[in-house]
Formats: sequence, structure tokens, C-alpha cells
Amino acid sequence: MQNKGNHKGDTLVEVRNLVKYFPVRAGLLQRVVNHVKAVDDVSFFVRRGETLGLVGESGCGKTTVGRTMLRLIEPTSGSVTVDGQDIFSLKAHELKLARRQMQIIFQDPYASLDPRVPIGESVMEGLNIHRIGTPRERTEIMYETLRKVGLENYHARRYPHEFSGGQRQRIGIARALALRPNFIVCDEPVSALDVSIQSQVLNILKDLQQEFGLTYLFIAHNLSVVEHVSDRVAVMYLGKMVEMTTREELFRNPLHPYTKALMSAIPIPNPRLKRQRVILKGDVPSPLNPPRGCRFHPRCPVAVERCSQEEPAFREVSPDHWVACWLVE
Amino acid sequence: MAESVPSGDNTLLRETVSLREIGWFERFLGPENYRIVTGLLKTPASIMGFILIGLFILIAIAAPVIIPPVTPNDPYKMPRDGFSPNPQPPGSEWRRNVPPVPFWYEPVMGTDKWTHILGTSTGQYDIFYGIVWGTRTAFRTGFVVVLTTFLIGIIVGSVSAYYGGVVDNIIMRIVDIFLTLPFILAALILAAVITPRFGKSLYPAIIALITFGWMGYARIIRGDILSIKERDYIMAARVIGVRDSRILFRHIIPNAIFPTLVLASLAIGDVVLSFAALSFLGIGTELGYADWGQVLSFARNWITSLNTYWYIIVWPGLTLVLFVMGWNLVGDALRDVLDPRMRGKT
Repeated sequence: MQNKGNHKGDTLVEVRNLVKYFPVRAGLLQRVVNHVKAVDDVSFFVRRGETLGLVGESGCGKTTVGRTMLRLIEPTSGSVTVDGQDIFSLKAHELKLARRQMQIIFQDPYASLDPRVPIGESVMEGLNIHRIGTPRERTEIMYETLRKVGLENYHARRYPHEFSGGQRQRIGIARALALRPNFIVCDEPVSALDVSIQSQVLNILKDLQQEFGLTYLFIAHNLSVVEHVSDRVAVMYLGKMVEMTTREELFRNPLHPYTKALMSAIPIPNPRLKRQRVILKGDVPSPLNPPRGCRFHPRCPVAVERCSQEEPAFREVSPDHWVACWLVE
Repeated sequence: MAESVPSGDNTLLRETVSLREIGWFERFLGPENYRIVTGLLKTPASIMGFILIGLFILIAIAAPVIIPPVTPNDPYKMPRDGFSPNPQPPGSEWRRNVPPVPFWYEPVMGTDKWTHILGTSTGQYDIFYGIVWGTRTAFRTGFVVVLTTFLIGIIVGSVSAYYGGVVDNIIMRIVDIFLTLPFILAALILAAVITPRFGKSLYPAIIALITFGWMGYARIIRGDILSIKERDYIMAARVIGVRDSRILFRHIIPNAIFPTLVLASLAIGDVVLSFAALSFLGIGTELGYADWGQVLSFARNWITSLNTYWYIIVWPGLTLVLFVMGWNLVGDALRDVLDPRMRGKT
């Protein structure tokens, strides 16, 4: 399954200046009165075979980034390259071909499977659409993929409602895996599951990554999950990237004040210990009218004059450590 | 294939779990259809509904045996026993235009002379004949109207939801306009206007009921499509590379169509009721055509003396009630069975 000639470690996915504004319409004529700036000039890359964790609080644009990258949502501007292919400039039939390379796993396992389609057929649909092999071979691939996620052949004829949440999520993984993609966007794949099931699904994801050399963009809001699965972590705030570095560096040496605040909010499962919490003032501002300058400055405990005037660039301050903050040298 | 499937003779398992032989009927239908059929036959209410509908189907099919037509070229013409306006009570003697005596008559009735089993109505039309042959009329109009309105509604609603934006807006405003019209009145006027074109027949009323009957389906399917369009599994299909048309027909419509289907199954009863209402008001078939509405309309002039002539309203009225009730009961059961979340729960 490894692409020959490509080593683990070179860039597989590159996102440049990705922007997605959702128009807000109002009035009788449904004129565009404003934009929700869901994703505003976001750049990052994912290396082949690694897991990039993408964290941030609800509404910061994580999911929009993931979906726009797969062109499930049309972007406003920017570019995404996957394996050297510019995804946004593809025509319909080229895009269909490219879809074999990139898949997505959804958050809600109850909403992501068609209730009227037996799960074997759901898993096989991609193979049928792309006419991979003979019908017999497709069935074989489908069974094999189901076994990879811990399901049996006889499950294939059953309907989604006959499975538990964890099983459904594994079916969702099997569906994404059936086409043997290189790159999978995992859109909060475990946040709807019981804690006991979460680790099971995470371990399956890890095993599959090893076996098929998969590259993950792992979207989550749970930092301990991200710590468990990621090689590198990117942090978003209000449609912007604020920090991106390796897992060790991020957890040992967070540079951005927002990342520090996030870290301090991870609960410790020990009642005798307490972290030094960094409590942020106020709420996340509306993405309709984001603050000028650095978007974090109204809530930042260390903001200076400059932060409210100019927007800091997202730059590499030390090898493989990217930050958007004026106070980081 | 899979290593973890237990092998061996499973004696222990077989002792704990009772096995069931799969019959030829189940094998013939397949597991899914078998489940629907058995599910439909489980609740007493739906069995009642099926018995009623089955009875009416039987009556419709066997009409020529139950009461053979007096005029074989035009069996829907109700035979008249004279021209007197005064209704005759059930059991009175049939003198003129007597139908041939069918094989069941003598053993059941103990005589080989036809009587007016349910009486006659104004103009000496035989009520029994009208009800029996009117069953065929009811099924014909019901199916034609429901099928056509269902198809129109599905197409209009799907187009509206699928294209969205301006198209959706225009179509839905047209639907709104149609919905503002009072149904029976609008149908009555349209049927009256087009009657000269088609003559006195079933068509004016059928066309009128279709014209003003499709909006409910369009609205419901549109709403369901709009909600299903946003589900994750539609996005999952898109990310796999499924064509839009296939997404619509394979994933959206099968998930969206069932509320509409249930509505349609319930509607056969309602359509027959509306048709009877139009007929009662004098729109529709020519005088003497076997049609429940028409049989009912014969009672119009006798409304003040119904305590004497009760049979001219009770028999056709009861028939209509039983027919509509049968469809409603089945419609309810169908809704339960077709909902996949109800699988294994009935």
C-alpha cells in the first residue's frame, strides 16, 4: 500500500491560505449583508504517514477546514495540494478520481450511515462507484475491510441501527478505508463515543495507519485524545491557526498564550492535584466580526498595544515550531 | 473465511437457541419483504383493515357473479325497477329489469326471484347493485387519483428541494397558491367547467381531484429531502465520489419517500370520499352510473324523511365508511412496518 518512491516524512498534504467565508443573507431580497469568517487564511501541512492533530474549541473552524479540504464545502480562496495534486482546480471527473485518495470519518456515528442501506453495501459503494475489480473482488475487499475493523462477514447484511455507536464508527472507518486512501480526515471520530469505546476506536485507527501507511488529519477538541494519537498538533482559534508543532514540543513548551490556556484546562484524573489554571476572560468573539489585529487579543492575558493593531504572521520561530504571536521571538 | 467464527457441531448452542425452518414463502419473498408482510399481519387493527380492503377487492372482482349486469354492454348502468320517485324498502319484489339469477342466490335467499336486497332509491335504482358495481368505480378512481397525485407531488417536491434557491421559491409559492384554494369547492368548480369537454363521466372529477390534490405530497417530500440532504451519510457518499443523481435516487429519496408513501396509502380512502362528495353534489358520472356518491346523492331529496327511507342513506354510507376505515387502518400499520427503526420491535 505504500507509494513507491515516496518516503515517510515528506509532505503529503499542503494547505495554503485557505479561506472560507459563509455569506449571511437577510431581508426580502436575500442580499449578502455579512460573512461568517469560519476559516480565515489558514496554512499548514501534513507529512506522509503522520497524524496531525487539529484542536480548538467549538466553532473555531476545525470542521470547516476538514470539509473544505475535501471539497465537501467549496472554498472561498486558497489552495490544497494532496500528493502534488491541486484539489481546488480539479474538474468534476478528476475530482472523482482524486476522491479515492482522500476520505473522511464523521463525528456522529448515528448520522453518518444511510439507515436504509445494509452496511456491507455502504462499505462497498465506493468500490462500485470507482469500478474497482470485479463484483466478486469488491465483495472480497468489503469483507476484508470489515474484518480489519473487527467486524465479521455476517455483519455485512445488517442495517446500521443494529449496531452500537462504537461499531458504527468502525463501519464508518471501514467505508473510508475501502478505497484504500492515503489521507483520511478524522472529524472528531471519538467525541460522540463512550470513553471506554474511544480507546478501542483510537487503537483501530492507529493499527490501520501502521498497516496501510495512512496519513490522518485528526480533528478534536479533547487534548488528551490528541496527545494520544498525534505526531504533530495544530491549534486553531476563531478561524486562524495560532500554533503548530510536534506533540512533545507543544505539550512541553507551548508558546502561544491560547495554547497555554488550553493546556491548563486539561483535567487531571486525580482529586489531590490541581493545575495552575489560566482562566480566559470573556467569550469567543463572533466570527461575524472578529477583532482587529490578533484575534486573541481581547482575551489574551499578556496582550500588548501592538496586538490590537496588527495581525501577527504565522511563522516558524524554531525548527518545526510555528506560532502566530507578537510576543514570541 | 474468518478465523473467529466458531466451528464444530454447535450442540450446546443448538440446545439453547431454538431453530426455525425457513418456509418456502419466506424464501420466495426474501427476508426484508417477509418482515414487512408479517409485520403488516401482526396488529389486530391492520388485520381488520386488510380484511375490509380484501372484502372490497373481492366484491369488485366478483361483481358480475354477485349481481350480473342487466345490460351486459354497460354493466355500470344501474338497473331501474320503474320510475317511481318513492324508494322501496329492502326485500321488496323486483319486477322490471331483473338481473339474471346467479348460482349463489337460491341457496342463500331460498327463492329464485330477485328482490331488492337493500331496497331501491329514488327512481327505483337498486341500491345493492349500485354498491357492488360502485366498488369497482371506487377502486378505479382511488388508484388513478392517488397514483397520479403521488407521482406529481414526488417530482415537484424533489425538483424543488434538489435545485433549491429561486426554483424552490417559485415552486413553493405555486404550491401555496394551490393550498389557499378550498379543496372541495375548487375541485367542484374545475370539474363543472371541464364537464362539457369530457361529458358526464369519471374524468372531470378525477382531473379535478388530481389538480388540487398533489400539493401535500410535494411539500412533505420536499421537507424530508431538505432535512436528509444535510445528513452526514449524504456527505459521506459525496466524498466517495457518488454522482448527484445517484445520491438523490439511492440515498435521499429512499429515506425521504416513506412519510409520503404512507400519506398516499391513507389517501385512497380520502380520495374516494371526495369523489363521492363531488358525485353527491351532482358532478361526475351520468345519471344511473354505479358509483357510491351517486347512490348517496339519490337521498338528497329525501333528507327530511330519512326516518322512513333510512336504507337509502345507511347502506351506501356504511359502505363508504368501511372502505375509508380499511385504508386508514392499513396506512397506520404500513407506517410502522416501513420505519427501519421499528425492525424487530413489532
